[in-house]
Amino acid sequence: MTAMDASNVVLSRQLRAQQIADGAFRGITFLCAGLVLATLGAILVALTWGSLPALRAFHFSFFTRDVWNPVTEQFGAVAAIYGTLVTSTIAILVGVPISFGIAIFLTELAPSWLRRPIGTAIELLAAIPSIIFGMWGLFVFAPFFARHYQPWMTNHLGELPLVGALFQGPPLGIGMLTAGIILAVMIIPFISAIMRDVFLTVPAVMRESAYSIGATTWEVMWNVVLPYTRTSVIGAIMLGLGRALGETMAVTFVIGNAHHVSASLFMPGATISSTIANEFTEAVGDIYYSSLIALGLALFIVTITVLALAKLMLRRLDFRLR
Amino acid sequence: MISRYQRRRSVNIVTLGASVIVTILGIAILVSILTTVIEHGMAAFSPDLFTHMTPPPGGKGGLLNAIVGSLIITFIAIAIGAPVGILAGTFLSEFGRGSFLTEATRFISDILLSAPSILIGLFVFEVAVVTVGHFSAWAGALALAIIAVPVILRTTEDMLRLVPNDLREAAAALGAPQWKTIVMVCFRAVRTGIVTGVLLAFARISGETAPLLFTALNNQFWSTDLNAPMANLPAVIFQFAMSPYDDWQRLAWAGALLTTVAILALSIAARVVLAAPKEKRQ
Repeated sequence: MTAMDASNVVLSRQLRAQQIADGAFRGITFLCAGLVLATLGAILVALTWGSLPALRAFHFSFFTRDVWNPVTEQFGAVAAIYGTLVTSTIAILVGVPISFGIAIFLTELAPSWLRRPIGTAIELLAAIPSIIFGMWGLFVFAPFFARHYQPWMTNHLGELPLVGALFQGPPLGIGMLTAGIILAVMIIPFISAIMRDVFLTVPAVMRESAYSIGATTWEVMWNVVLPYTRTSVIGAIMLGLGRALGETMAVTFVIGNAHHVSASLFMPGATISSTIANEFTEAVGDIYYSSLIALGLALFIVTITVLALAKLMLRRLDFRLR
Repeated sequence: MISRYQRRRSVNIVTLGASVIVTILGIAILVSILTTVIEHGMAAFSPDLFTHMTPPPGGKGGLLNAIVGSLIITFIAIAIGAPVGILAGTFLSEFGRGSFLTEATRFISDILLSAPSILIGLFVFEVAVVTVGHFSAWAGALALAIIAVPVILRTTEDMLRLVPNDLREAAAALGAPQWKTIVMVCFRAVRTGIVTGVLLAFARISGETAPLLFTALNNQFWSTDLNAPMANLPAVIFQFAMSPYDDWQRLAWAGALLTTVAILALSIAARVVLAAPKEKRQ
């Protein structure tokens, strides 16, 4: 009787210890998950707090003024926002068709032994850090582009009505167009990898029925696969856009860092992120600091919105892959 | 006269041809970047890189302080980020399945995964530099840890979801408490997956420059003081590559070569680690 009681006591003590350990473990994991959840909010709060002095000084006109003068402490975000939007638009216009082509190649054209190595090579392109793209852009691509393509563009496209002004100017190599192209190269791996995964979720029956009524490969891609995967493809593009908007180092190398809005894509410009990267450590005075952080706040709100929409659109894909 | 059939066929040929061309273009860019980095990097490569400090312009020197600084900052970042990421991933997969908190955390984590890293730098500047009053290696490591966590969280959660419930039930039937089941059964089953996640995070943060610019800053001299600015490869590469001095630019290329080789090796290692057990099973 007493022996049994004793063992019961030991057992219940053990059980109690295990329950405590379980609770503690669960608590720790919960804490870590909560920490991740809180990070985004904390970033928003910190950036808002930091940008208050600038927003108090300039009010909403901070986002509508085209002035960036550290000497007189007058700041406006228009040039940086313009540069960000222009370079990202170029990146999407150049990057999306190329990504689509690569995804077609990887899902429809490539023989199966070639799919993995080429897929891996494209994914490795995504692993190369931004700063290497920047150096490659500045020392290899920009001179090449200035020598071979910019004069041609000025001669052939510079005379066109409406869009002509975009392609006029000195062939400097660096500038907004170059930055946009480098951004395109950087987002291609992300967009094409998702497009490939998405295209593979299309039921084989749909593809085959289209082929069986005589559709060409292109018609299958354009009229069957693309409509079927439309939401996810747009999500992939927005994910690329989110990356392009916030990309920093590569752009900083090739954009030329000039704070004015110019019509020509050949001219140097600045993006939000390149401005912060270039000027933050050299900034003097509260208003200057705060203006840079306010730029960051604007970038944060825009990229988070774009990325959130992208994730919502890609949700279905997530479920299908799981 | 071009028949409808001929037109469809030529559209098909043109578009598919374009698809082949852009794929080749993509590969060509990768090759161009790699050959540029290798060519310039090898030209500047010398044992001095590993034995000398970063020089003033015109002086002789290497990248020793930057290499050591980068290693220190990156390892601390992983030491902070890996436990947080793994445990948070564990919560999402093991405790919070289907709950709102899980959905929200996964969503936020995925957004953080693609969020501009420079903003994470700004955030850490506000939190860990302004409050303390000076730049520090700790701040740099914290910024990199925030970037590493979503990568590790995602892989951990995905991998734990692949663990069959039979394993958990078998452990529970033997009377193992839940934490023991998770740590000794589930973690062990997905060990390679978690290692892959950590390697990928390592690769991701090794090249990050923007968040270090105003957290760890940079340092021309040898320093292992974690409370002071510390030299690191990305910041040195940025500073030297943008400089007008030839010898600095050469060192930047050497640094770029080291970084690229390390990152590609890590990325490939992560793939190999993940692929190995699958082949055994077949």
